[in-house]
Amino acid sequence: MTLRVLAAMSGGVDSATAAARAVNAGYDVTGVHLALSANPSSYRTGARGCCTLEDARDARRAADVIGIPFYVWDMAERFHRDVVQDFVAEYAAGRTPNPCLRCNEKIKFAAVLDKALALGFDAVCTGHYARIRSGVLHRAADPGKDQSYVLAVLTQEQISHAMFPLGDTPKAEVRAEAARRGLAVADKPDSHDVCFIADGDTRGFLARHLGEAPGQIVDTSGAVLGQHQGAYGFTVGQRRGLRVDTPAGDGKPRYVLDIEPVTRTVTVGPADGLDVTEITATRPVWTGCAPPAEPMECLVQLRAHGEVHAGVAWMDDDTVRIRLHHPARGVARGQAAVLYDGDIVLGSGTITGTAARTCVPAGQDAT
Amino acid sequence: MTPQNTDPVYLDHAATTPMRPEAIAAMAEELGHLGNPSSLHAAGRRARRVVEESREQLAEVFGARPSEIIFTSGGTEADNLAVKGLYWARQDGTRPRGNPHRVLTTSVEHHAILDSVRWLEESQGAEAIWLAVGDDGMVLPGALRAAIAQAPEQVAVVSVMWANNEVGAVQPVGELAAVTHEYGVPFHTDAVQAAAQLPVDFAASGADALTVTGHKLGGPVGVGALILARGAVPVPVLHGGGQERDIRSGTLDTPAIRAFAVAAEACARQRAEEAERLAALRDDMVCQVQAAVPDAVLNGPPPGPDRLPGNAHFSFPGCEGDALLMLLDANGIACSTGSACTAGVAEPSHVLLAMGADDSRARGSLRFSLGYTSTKRDVDALGLVIREVVDRARRAATR
Repeated sequence: MTLRVLAAMSGGVDSATAAARAVNAGYDVTGVHLALSANPSSYRTGARGCCTLEDARDARRAADVIGIPFYVWDMAERFHRDVVQDFVAEYAAGRTPNPCLRCNEKIKFAAVLDKALALGFDAVCTGHYARIRSGVLHRAADPGKDQSYVLAVLTQEQISHAMFPLGDTPKAEVRAEAARRGLAVADKPDSHDVCFIADGDTRGFLARHLGEAPGQIVDTSGAVLGQHQGAYGFTVGQRRGLRVDTPAGDGKPRYVLDIEPVTRTVTVGPADGLDVTEITATRPVWTGCAPPAEPMECLVQLRAHGEVHAGVAWMDDDTVRIRLHHPARGVARGQAAVLYDGDIVLGSGTITGTAARTCVPAGQDAT
Repeated sequence: MTPQNTDPVYLDHAATTPMRPEAIAAMAEELGHLGNPSSLHAAGRRARRVVEESREQLAEVFGARPSEIIFTSGGTEADNLAVKGLYWARQDGTRPRGNPHRVLTTSVEHHAILDSVRWLEESQGAEAIWLAVGDDGMVLPGALRAAIAQAPEQVAVVSVMWANNEVGAVQPVGELAAVTHEYGVPFHTDAVQAAAQLPVDFAASGADALTVTGHKLGGPVGVGALILARGAVPVPVLHGGGQERDIRSGTLDTPAIRAFAVAAEACARQRAEEAERLAALRDDMVCQVQAAVPDAVLNGPPPGPDRLPGNAHFSFPGCEGDALLMLLDANGIACSTGSACTAGVAEPSHVLLAMGADDSRARGSLRFSLGYTSTKRDVDALGLVIREVVDRARRAATR
């Protein structure tokens, strides 16, 4: 029996080409564009996002060219609740969320996948750059485009119903193929930034949602260096835009080292204060191996498109403990720690605590 | 999800109905002819003759005088011209106590009326009075009278649709027009949905203005008319050559007008038997759907004189309309959620909400509309799959 595939079509070149490939692979494909805003014009306009009227039209035209049925699914409420509100709440709690990851976890491979399965589909196909081999998530062939990081939150069950037809192909080839297929989106620019922040001004977006929440900017000794209008405007590792008048004693640049959400205190200090070797993470997902009871050698990626660090990871009750062999810098709570063995995604967790010195016992969240 | 190996089943005639073969033939023939009906030479005179003969035919069909027919680009333009134009015409400063600024309409109108009235309110100083409807979608003449009687001198225009496009409620237009006239206020009705299935007689209705369109009765898309009684002179929306009595400008589309008239005549010829045939098919459909899905709710008036013969509209508790539509589409069955879409995001139907339905009942609804090509096979095809489709949509919604 022909596998029935629901292709999530954002209106971009990747998802359109992925849908076309699924058709060529012999699947019975239906295209669906996810409407993520109740007021589409309020989201990013121009060929940059995934939520505009223009994107819906581009997706529809791509489906026409590919020759598949096309519908728009209204996911605005779920998206607002599970992604937008979560994004705001995470910043309010002093963490740095990744909304794309959350969208994959809660919308594309949860709300959409569940609805698709109930409606008789077997899988959801997207234009993500990642590979699935024997049910295990792998990095994409194109390291520059690899999106396994934002997919590493998916469970085995979710992966078993996911299809990523572009994982083996470099992006440039995908564009060329889209052009050959007559897809008008072949040269549409890649989307960047957060799709639901129309002007790209994350700090302004958060200020509108969270209001002014002034607090102090202090150095590592606790000396007050200045005031800020909202701790949500900062992320660990940030250097620019600190607006601190007092120069550092040693004249070296200062970075955000910590954000304390209750007192709204932002601690800044020299770069070496960012060094982290101990990481704790919650909400573990293990899809590439069994949960390791003992420290297991692996590679750790701590933000999207970030570098990888060698280290060990093990489970301690329901918490993931990670110890890096060499310090990493700018590790923000709220981001995912994704563990790899080469290209294989072993598992992931959400970073809840970091510490610098290996002498700190692994159970203590020094922040 | 694979379409069955049968012809598609089209149950969306209220959206648009197939062009009648005689209308296609008439239009194709006319497309081969040269001539602007406003030109004075022989070619122009030939085109003008076609337009005027068509106008006479349409007047005959709709119980109007030929001079009362103003051709437009369709229902939306005719509705805009009626509501905005008649409102503006009443702002003439001739009344000692000021211009009337109230527009009375119902909360179940088509968006062509709804949004025109809202626009008048937002930008032209009008005050919209929304007449409530009952839970069957019917307007109560008493409610109209009460609304006008509050301050008759302030009412600029009243517009109430003849038959509702979603739930098929047939309004007591004659009665409503009579009430309106008692107070000397012009009355418009959108008869786009009624024209194909009911005897729409302009003169007998007493309306001052009436909207019809070609593609709901087997003519082409892009042509319609506003029928205007003597004395009802809307201020133009479109300015230009003044082709239609200086009320509507734009070169007349001779082939489309010809096909509109041919379709309307064919439609009128068969209307009585068709109405009976469609009502029987519709009753069969309601029966089959409710047998398959016992908790399906038929929205709108009960089948009978208060309901368009070709209309059935159901709420399926626990379902999302978009999932139902998609599953039926995959089975080769075309229907409608009857809701307005922006970027395809389905808004819950304003008609159902106005009838007192809650948000989920409004979202979980489908309109099935029959037309002149509908057969028992179409109805049976729906009856065969609706149970499975509803079960599946229900499972999808509970996740």
